[in-house]
Amino acid sequence: MAEIIKMATAGTDEKSDVVVTVEPCENGLQLQIKSVVMNQFGPAIEASVRKVLEDLGVKNAIVTVADRGALDCVLRARVETAILRGMEG
Amino acid sequence: MRDKKLVASIRDAIISAGLKDGMTISFHHHMRNGDYVLNMVMDEIAAMGFKDLTLNATALFDIHMPLIDHIKNGVVTTLMTNYMSAGLGKQICAGVMENPVQFRTHGTRPDDIIHGRTPIDIAFVAAPQSDDMGNCTGKYGKSACGSFGYAIVDAQYAKKTVVITDELVEYPMVGFTVPEVYVDYVVVVDAIGDPNGIVSGTTRITRDPVGLVMAQTAAKVVEHSGLLVDGFSFQTGAGGATLAGAKYLKDIMLAKGIKGSYVMGGITKYLVEMLQAGCFKTILDGQTFDLDSIDSLRNDPRHQEVSLYHYAGPNAPSCIVNSLDTIFAGATEVDVDFNVNVHTDSNGIIMGGSGGHSDICAGAKMAVIITPMFRNRLPMIRDRVTTITTPGKDIDVLVTQGGVAVNPKNVELKARLQAAGLPIVDIHELQAKAERMTGKPQPIRHGDKVVAEVIYRDGSIIDRIYNTL
Repeated sequence: MAEIIKMATAGTDEKSDVVVTVEPCENGLQLQIKSVVMNQFGPAIEASVRKVLEDLGVKNAIVTVADRGALDCVLRARVETAILRGMEG
Repeated sequence: MRDKKLVASIRDAIISAGLKDGMTISFHHHMRNGDYVLNMVMDEIAAMGFKDLTLNATALFDIHMPLIDHIKNGVVTTLMTNYMSAGLGKQICAGVMENPVQFRTHGTRPDDIIHGRTPIDIAFVAAPQSDDMGNCTGKYGKSACGSFGYAIVDAQYAKKTVVITDELVEYPMVGFTVPEVYVDYVVVVDAIGDPNGIVSGTTRITRDPVGLVMAQTAAKVVEHSGLLVDGFSFQTGAGGATLAGAKYLKDIMLAKGIKGSYVMGGITKYLVEMLQAGCFKTILDGQTFDLDSIDSLRNDPRHQEVSLYHYAGPNAPSCIVNSLDTIFAGATEVDVDFNVNVHTDSNGIIMGGSGGHSDICAGAKMAVIITPMFRNRLPMIRDRVTTITTPGKDIDVLVTQGGVAVNPKNVELKARLQAAGLPIVDIHELQAKAERMTGKPQPIRHGDKVVAEVIYRDGSIIDRIYNTL
């Protein structure tokens, strides 16, 4: 199981990018998603974030997503990077 | 004995012009997002207690947000415009008005005024320079805006015309656009607008690499269309990739020694440079966007000011757009039937309007739409656009970074472009290509109250915009 031991972020606050922040947490996953394309892609964004967390074995984390319209490949890369940074000591 | 038209205040002008409840008043938008005049006049009208007015504007910007209160208070109950920016659009879509907003095109609006379908009782003309009899223009003054194309028809056809100026000059002014015979009252105010909001100091071409690729492709489409010969006529917008397209087209025209006829559009220094380089014989200017272009309009007789009726009046005996060879225009969405939306964003909220979009696409032999396959994560090629601004029958070519789609009605053009090696793709394939990267967006739900009607060039309602939920 992957453990988030510190707060970490990935991404930029630019159009077509997303800022993903992970923080340690003791009781499961808490997701906060804001997106300029919420109406069109809200469920798809949440599904992608959960999939990356699952693939990396993250069970406990607060994950904040501030999306300005990133493509799915960008979103997944940012989530993965934030997690890996949060796992480093 | 000299006539007397100068009145002391906007209030005096409103009283003298005989405003009554239920009348129609008009404004032009040469001051764009720097305009003070519409708010000054509307605040005065509201303070005087008038109700139930129809406001007919060529365009409305977010500087006009106070209008929302005048709508809520029943001062304005009908709104006509050719364009509305996003702040106002959001309010309209929230349903603040009982009557739907009537969107027209830049050509249809003056046409409807001239032919009596939407008569104007009082026109308020924001004039950067005027004399005391109302000979006035946009070419000079501290608030200079350049062409006065939108104001000309309003001044001429309104029952009463009030000129509001911040630079009064000695009679008779030199270089007037609107002559005194159409003006009833003149008011002097401190400022009619903020010069920074009226024109840009400089207009810059996009540096976005996707935009530049599309612009280059669009120029090649024109090069190989068969239309780029001596006498070529052209219009481009000032936004995004369309202006960059003009720059690439200039290089091609100079390399091939093509002597064009005329260029029009929102005029920027890039089009002025094309005139000066000999690409075109004349500029026909309905709206001027930057200081270099204003300078050109003042000093170069080849740079001519035209009214919007002359530009695109559908029922005029002839109009300029109908002689166009090709145009570049943008889109917020396109669909697989080539319909274009420039009224609403992907959430269905008003953030624009036709302006001259439908006019130039209908008039030109070849209408080229330049738009990326997606913006942020939103694919721009849809099964059906959120709002139809310009019908697909008027669109000939769609240029994206992922390829060029030709409307199936243009069999010969498609063959020409294919032979020239342009990346021709079926529009459905282009749509699929974009959605492979973005995913398929969920459909947007809207309410069932009509908040705006889109009136096409033939007077028919081509689409309706509904309230947001």
